[in-house]
Amino acid sequence: MIRCSLLLFGIGLLSVTAAADPVEIDLWRHEAEVVELTASLEAVDRFNAEQDQWRFSVETLPQVTYTSAVTAAALAGQLPCVLDLDQPVVPNFAWSGHLRALDTILSTEQLDALSEGAKGTYKGAVYSVGQFEVVLVLFARKSELQRYGIRIATMESPYTADEFREALRLIKRESPEKFPLDLNAKDQGEWLPYGFSPWIQSAGGDLIDRNSYRRADGYINGDAAQAAARWYQSLFEERLAERKTFVDAQALIQGRAIFHYTGSWETNRYTQAFGDDLVIMPPPDFGNGPKAGAGSWHWGISSTCKHPDAAQAFLEFLLRPEEIAATSSARWQIPTTEAGATLTENYREGGKWRKLYEYSRSYAVKRPATPGYPKISAAFEKAMMDIRFGKNVEDALNVAADAIEFDVERNRGYGFSN
Amino acid sequence: MAVRKDNKGILFTLPALGLLGFSILLPFLAAALMTLTNQRMLTPNPTEFVGLENYSRLLSVTVREVPREIDQQGEPVVDADGNVVYQRLQPILRSDPELRAYQTLTEFDVGPRRYAILAKDLVFWRALGNTFFFVLLVVPIQIGTALGLALLVNQDFRGRTAFRTFFFAPVVTSMVVASIVWSFLYNENTGLINQLLGAIAGSGVVAINWLGSEALALPSIAIMSAWQGAGFQMLIILAGLQSVDQQLYEAARLDGASRWQQFRHVTLPGLRNTLIFVVIATTIAAFGLFIQVDVMTQGGPNDATATLIYHAIRSGFREQDVAYGASVAVIYFLLVLAVALAQRRLTRSADER
Amino acid sequence: MRARRRLFHYALLGVLSLVFLGPLLFMISASFKPDEQIFEDLQSFRAFVPVGDITLDNYRAVFEQSRLLLYFLNSSIIAIVTVVFGVIVNSMCAFGLQRVRWTGQSFIVALILALLVIPFEVLAIPLMMIVSQLPWIAWHNGELTLLGSWFNSLHVQIIPFLGNAFCIFLFYQFFKDIPTDLDDAARMDGASLWQIYWRILMPNAKPVIATASIILFLIMWNQYLWPILVIQGQDTRPIMVGIQQFFGRTLVWGQIMAYATIVTLPVLAVFVFFQRRFVQSVANTGLKG
Repeated sequence: MIRCSLLLFGIGLLSVTAAADPVEIDLWRHEAEVVELTASLEAVDRFNAEQDQWRFSVETLPQVTYTSAVTAAALAGQLPCVLDLDQPVVPNFAWSGHLRALDTILSTEQLDALSEGAKGTYKGAVYSVGQFEVVLVLFARKSELQRYGIRIATMESPYTADEFREALRLIKRESPEKFPLDLNAKDQGEWLPYGFSPWIQSAGGDLIDRNSYRRADGYINGDAAQAAARWYQSLFEERLAERKTFVDAQALIQGRAIFHYTGSWETNRYTQAFGDDLVIMPPPDFGNGPKAGAGSWHWGISSTCKHPDAAQAFLEFLLRPEEIAATSSARWQIPTTEAGATLTENYREGGKWRKLYEYSRSYAVKRPATPGYPKISAAFEKAMMDIRFGKNVEDALNVAADAIEFDVERNRGYGFSN
Repeated sequence: MAVRKDNKGILFTLPALGLLGFSILLPFLAAALMTLTNQRMLTPNPTEFVGLENYSRLLSVTVREVPREIDQQGEPVVDADGNVVYQRLQPILRSDPELRAYQTLTEFDVGPRRYAILAKDLVFWRALGNTFFFVLLVVPIQIGTALGLALLVNQDFRGRTAFRTFFFAPVVTSMVVASIVWSFLYNENTGLINQLLGAIAGSGVVAINWLGSEALALPSIAIMSAWQGAGFQMLIILAGLQSVDQQLYEAARLDGASRWQQFRHVTLPGLRNTLIFVVIATTIAAFGLFIQVDVMTQGGPNDATATLIYHAIRSGFREQDVAYGASVAVIYFLLVLAVALAQRRLTRSADER
Repeated sequence: MRARRRLFHYALLGVLSLVFLGPLLFMISASFKPDEQIFEDLQSFRAFVPVGDITLDNYRAVFEQSRLLLYFLNSSIIAIVTVVFGVIVNSMCAFGLQRVRWTGQSFIVALILALLVIPFEVLAIPLMMIVSQLPWIAWHNGELTLLGSWFNSLHVQIIPFLGNAFCIFLFYQFFKDIPTDLDDAARMDGASLWQIYWRILMPNAKPVIATASIILFLIMWNQYLWPILVIQGQDTRPIMVGIQQFFGRTLVWGQIMAYATIVTLPVLAVFVFFQRRFVQSVANTGLKG
């Protein structure tokens, strides 16, 4: 239907492919850092080498516009057979009919072994699976914390929000030229919901009512959410964090910041930079314990895929413990199965980064599994940007709540009934 | 003019007209139709005809009085400086079903009363205002700079070709590249501009938040845009200058006219048509402000750099609400058309004079 | 007195040159420096000159991490094809409108002037919806294949930009200034309209052809929004999308500047090379109104 060969010179000329030739299967993924990308390409090579029925050929697309590009390709009916997707947008593609449900494709054992964040669901069905997980953490250097006399936070006693802000104020007083906390202020888009909706959840709010998926009023703009957002605003007002940066994740290395609040994906780089001086701590606690968004990049099968058997074999291959371990080792990403973790040096019981694995198991909150998530994300992003630049917190969150509910109505509830 | 009548002439226009029809008229009509529906990019729901709903959401504006804060005794509250204290409007709007979809665009005082202008799509009105503001900023800055440069390099001196090339260099730099480089220059903490200002002032740290402050973000983008574009206008004005009759200058000099008088009475009138063309072209280009915003500020802070095109692309593509994005685009087109017609009319009346 | 005036003139030009070239000099210099050096140099005029710890590492990294050459080639093909066909198609149209009178002509002139004010950004999304469903025939793996969409191709980046109302306007204005005596003479000799266009007007229109070519080239080289919408794969990705993607990914300032330099320098070089001709052509084009 998308790419039908023309029977131009009669049936006789239609190439009858020899049985030995592997069938070419398209696969898309986003362009990540070189290390991650190489590891992913190597996994595809291993799969291609392991069997001779199919040959997956990889196309990489820029990350900044990846979801938009996939949306446009879906519109043009040009989705590849297998593609990776950011977990929170999976329900949107599932709802609009561009993904295959995986419940019948993958075995129950395989699905059950996966952590919750490793499954992209819509209305109870699984549409995507992930090999790795990320978690939010606070990076800092031991020596710097000692210099300012700030204690190291642990899982047993994470920083409370107030304590953390006091620590930042202390640094600011002693080194006024510094912005003590790097919050990835260059990043737009999904970073804001990913990084800061857990603060709302830790304070007791949420982005939307997770029972109906139709109400946001009272959740995203409730008292708890407002309190966390006010705390966030104060960081910028008191110049504890920079409002806008040119390049992210450099301030800690260059000594312009003391803390970096970001995803565990920076672990490798910071370990290389600081070695044993690096400390990794849980995110601050706003009352209900630290929270961190679960669900990273997932794999899915498009509904237009002409070789679902190949896609199935590929996904099963990716979920093998040794593959999950291999992906994890390449970038020190957190594995999504215990069996996978056991095979890694860093995440097995007693491993160097076992605590990241535990953070991800204890703190994980999935982003709402609704096709309306892109709107929720955009509305929350806008609210957080506005709040960062000084807008009244309640007004900003009210606007977000109304925008989300309006969008749900405009899309007839996104498949959820009242 | 001895132009012959020959209906074969239409054949020459057909390829271009066909292409323009395909790439402009067809999508334009499609956009106009889409605005009457609820079309989305990806949805299992059928696309429905919704009449003027998109426009009504876009354009709805109303005015309401802002109530005063009343204390327990029923007296109006006055703050320490004797100013009247007004209630926060948003909770009031949200409790009124009729006004729930509205947000406060701006407030103004008439005598002792305060009124609020309310709109359903706040960002649209902000974007509209920003777009006009940007045009008002960038057109004079850019054309003024271009005129100055053109006058400077129009004289006969060694190296003038080199200077022309210098001033034109930013034009061949793509807007994407220029925006990326300038984001670095404008950065509050590590940016070159603040650092240089600090070095010049000698006082160390200058922390002007160029792109991060509501007041400065759009002017900053305007300066950067003028930097990028002025070279082109300079060349066009240069061309205009060279077509001004040299004898007029000689005559003026003989009459003892000063340099300023020569400029005012010979150069400017001679450049009239060139300047009109340049103003039209720059205005229309300025109305389409998008790339700089997309790369440098994403519409922020607080919508201070949201423009009509940016709003159209954000709603229509990133948020997948194709119909709504198209509605913004149609309104935008009508505005540009109005400006173009107004300018044409001005040109014509000036011609007749 | 005269000497002082000259000195002032050059000083003014010098300062302005620094303003206009400064950001570009900074970009180029920074591309040769490691990040620490860039940061160190910020407070002095060393920021504008490639001195200190100079290295090609940024360039090496850019070429290693991005298929820059491919994107470069794509953008070149797109730009050159558009320039060649765009100049022909638009000049023909201007000829048909300016040199010949026919029924409905004034309507078409008005229409094209109206099209002049529709910016492409308005049309991008509807046009994307349209081309996403348009079929195309391509030679694919040795077979003639019917493709269900224009996405991910070079032609989708060319065809929408061939017809250009502004170019038509440029040619129209220029043709106005070419006296009709020559065509009249040719017509007496029995020349067809095509011959008048091709043998008489076009050879006299070199300046405007140069102007239109440079304008079209710059438009195409700088394409940004449209390819974001319609190009997903790498094979047909143009260069500006390449840099935007790189900006979003890298953490190294020097590498961003290296990429920006690579994208900018060739165009700058071509411009410097054709500078004289271009300035002349603008001077002689109907741009004066």
